[in-house]
Amino acid sequence: MAESVVFEQVSKEFGQHKALKNVSLSIHKGEFFSLLGPSGCGKTTLLRLLAGFDTPDSGKILLDGQDITHLPPNRRPVNTVFQSYALFPHLTIYENIAFGLRIANRPEEQIQEEVERMLQLIQMTEYTKRTPDQISGGQKQRVAIARALINKPQVLLLDEPLAALDLKLRQKMLLDLDRIHDEVGITFIFVTHDQTEAMAVSDRIAILHKGEVEQIGPPVEIYEAPKSTFVADFIGDTTFLNGHVAEPIQKDYSKVQMERFPGVMCFNDKALQIGDPVHLSIRPEKIHISGDPPPTHPLINVFQGEVEDVIYKGDHTHFGVKVHGQKISVTQQHSRYLLDEKPIRWNDKVWIWWHADDGFILERNSKGDE
Amino acid sequence: MTLPSFGWLLLFFLIPSLIIFAYALKPEDSFGGVGEGWTFDTILSIFDTNYFMLIWRTLWLSCLTTLFCLVLALPVGYQLAISKPKWRRLLLILLVIPFWTSFLIRIFAWKTLLHPEGLFKKLLVAFHLASPEATLLYNSAAVLLVMVYTYLPFAVFPIYAAASKFNFQLIEAALDLGASRIEAFFKVFVPGIKKGILTAMVMVFIPAIGAYVIPDLVGGSNSEMIGNKIAQRTFNDRNLPQASALSAFLGLVVLIPMALVALWTKRSKVIEAEARNKE
Repeated sequence: MAESVVFEQVSKEFGQHKALKNVSLSIHKGEFFSLLGPSGCGKTTLLRLLAGFDTPDSGKILLDGQDITHLPPNRRPVNTVFQSYALFPHLTIYENIAFGLRIANRPEEQIQEEVERMLQLIQMTEYTKRTPDQISGGQKQRVAIARALINKPQVLLLDEPLAALDLKLRQKMLLDLDRIHDEVGITFIFVTHDQTEAMAVSDRIAILHKGEVEQIGPPVEIYEAPKSTFVADFIGDTTFLNGHVAEPIQKDYSKVQMERFPGVMCFNDKALQIGDPVHLSIRPEKIHISGDPPPTHPLINVFQGEVEDVIYKGDHTHFGVKVHGQKISVTQQHSRYLLDEKPIRWNDKVWIWWHADDGFILERNSKGDE
Repeated sequence: MTLPSFGWLLLFFLIPSLIIFAYALKPEDSFGGVGEGWTFDTILSIFDTNYFMLIWRTLWLSCLTTLFCLVLALPVGYQLAISKPKWRRLLLILLVIPFWTSFLIRIFAWKTLLHPEGLFKKLLVAFHLASPEATLLYNSAAVLLVMVYTYLPFAVFPIYAAASKFNFQLIEAALDLGASRIEAFFKVFVPGIKKGILTAMVMVFIPAIGAYVIPDLVGGSNSEMIGNKIAQRTFNDRNLPQASALSAFLGLVVLIPMALVALWTKRSKVIEAEARNKE
């Protein structure tokens, strides 16, 4: 697949703060690519370097194979949708969208044609004469996208574009973004700290942490096979247990010795040696919970515990189960909720179990992942 | 408007203005006082070619002063707003420092600088920018220079105040959409601080049009302004009605554009409110 954007060992410092440390990543043509991470991870810096608002201290940025590292922002075929929209308050919606074409001195009829096309794309043909302070947040968002797309950029950069919207609107805008991406077919780079947004729309996600790339991959891979403790912790909910490898049993499975959890079976694809320190990460929805013990099986880990928290959320219930003094979070889907079934309550003694394939072990290096 | 502020306005603005307008409608008397009865003769007497030249000069000097102040203040305000706080504080102090010196002393300083033996003149001659015979003082250019110098801070402060509230991400957005820095400055920054520019224009134009001390000290007989004529009519000629007629004219020149501005901003607010109500 052709590469649209390539970062080659890009570093950037702001005073003492190292915003990016030797970041290398490549983004395919036409891809919906997300940069995901907590605030301060360097994702916005990466975007600003690509837009041209900042220049890297070292490294190169390529766009379609051309070095654009030192090109000013107005000469890059890249456009940005800003977090606060940054619509021009003194111009109407029509003129906001037309801005890029006016700067490029396009003929009037062409401007009109292009703006009409954009207004149809964002489904806002009736609002042309309003000014930005006369439309809603979601509408501003769409105008910002149209304004950025009208110059036909090769890459569209979206800097936390949904952060200022409420939940319902955010979900609708995500679908809209996905539709617009399908229609225009260019590369979208989406910066967000919200994992559900990134998971919902991205072809691939890069997880950034303290200026470094932790993992790049499709959403499923990031969720189901996180490569580091940080990724496992950042994406979704998870319970970590500390321990070390006790013995390899069979080809793909190892028995790990956890603090307070003797002999947990888990899938081992990391070629770990006996005694290596590890984390065991288990997603709450992978754990089964019941008042009755399950049938035994060599690859199923079963523990008995006591329910500490019960949070009913309609489609599922979240439990905090205390096992040997360690709280494990468990979610139970109500795919077949029976009202006459005896519900699990606070302080109940319960059995929890998970299959060895559903818990993954992560190397715990001595320098210490938090 | 609340009652105390209305009382204040009445006492210190409306009543004095009305007295001036009333005096303009009185005849002069030969002993330097105000005559009996009412007449339009005094007002008609200012529509004289001599006065016309004076009014015309006052207007273009004030307009040019306002224009130069704006041109100089815009980049200063922009730079102040994007400077780091530490630098901004220093630059603002530098702007305020001249105010610690009396206005008159600063004008005399310019007189010394522009004097045929003055430093400024010598520098210009040294760089072959002026001939040794050129006179820099006592002409309209000197008046303009000193007025721009004097009123520049009155343009910088409102522009800086507006610029510090300006969202500079809009400049990035303009650059992102292909605009050069210059285009972004004129198409996004300048319209974005429109109100500050308007305030700056008023703050410079009003004192400029009423200037009296500056043309009196650095101007010559052919660079007099209305302010000088009013002073001359009041103190030398003891002709209060004519001085009042000139003052009234000056007042109208200032008040009419301000009323138009006020009306225009009110109208645009009404339009905005209507547009919102339609939603």
